[in-house]
Amino acid sequence: MSEAEPVKSIVTPTRLEYEYTAVGAQARFLDEISRGRIIGQRCPQCRKVYVPARGACPRCGVPTAEVVEVSDRGTVTTFCVVRVPSENIHLKLPFVAAHILLDGADIPFFALVGDCEVSEVRMGLRVAAVWAPRAEWGPTFANIRHFRPTGEPDVAFEKFKEHL
Amino acid sequence: MAAADGEVTFSAPHIVEYAYRRSVGAVLGRFFTGLRERKLVGTRTRAGRVLVPPCEYDPDTGESVAEFVDVGPSGVVTTWAWVHAPSAKHPLPRPFAWALIRLDGADTAMLHVVDAGSESRMRTGMRVRPRWRAQTVGEIRDIECFEPETGR
Repeated sequence: MSEAEPVKSIVTPTRLEYEYTAVGAQARFLDEISRGRIIGQRCPQCRKVYVPARGACPRCGVPTAEVVEVSDRGTVTTFCVVRVPSENIHLKLPFVAAHILLDGADIPFFALVGDCEVSEVRMGLRVAAVWAPRAEWGPTFANIRHFRPTGEPDVAFEKFKEHL
Repeated sequence: MAAADGEVTFSAPHIVEYAYRRSVGAVLGRFFTGLRERKLVGTRTRAGRVLVPPCEYDPDTGESVAEFVDVGPSGVVTTWAWVHAPSAKHPLPRPFAWALIRLDGADTAMLHVVDAGSESRMRTGMRVRPRWRAQTVGEIRDIECFEPETGR
């Protein structure tokens, strides 16, 4: 028998390699963000604006054709402070992952919040996109590096409570 | 990129990857430690069945299974499926068989790879033996594959 330590764990990697093709509403979103514009689509029935749009309203089940440009400023609706390292995250810990409701949108999307202490991030915090240099823009979310606090007054909970 | 009808499309690689590290516990830990020593280990239930890979509990009664027994290293193919065109992630770069192999002394069969060279050499009931890799570390791939016992 070997004197070595008994085996206590094994590595079981899981890897799926896709070639993802975006068409329709998603492609249009990527095309516009490559020019620094964030667009969504408005549902013809419930009038909600989805960003990024998928071409249909998930609530009403109808196609969303009307394109709406939304702001690159918004409100943190909910967030978490990430303090646990992960092999595929290369950000300095701790950092904040947040749901941000852009002005003009009716659904929050996921982004990082930076340029402040993690303790300063709160629900209702007003933030603005920090864009990568224009020369680096492409058809990708990565054009927005993160969001930073704007210093505007916080938004009252009642104003965004349906978007948590 | 613009398609013929003016519609914009974009394509990009999308890779979903999780590098899980999984605790194996005392029983499977013994199995993997055995592999590192080029030994195959199973567990025996109270009724006398030998389970390989080992189980912590008797699947028939739910009782704890604590007695370890050495099995193999050779065994018998109980069923198999030939892979004509291996993918990049398959364990062998040439056509091979996925097979259930009941090791000598075991009552259950274990999934592994048989490097038979060609599908015509595969048959249910064939005798196979493990081919160990040069450097064993305590995981299932310490067995590179099984190969037919009777020459190549």
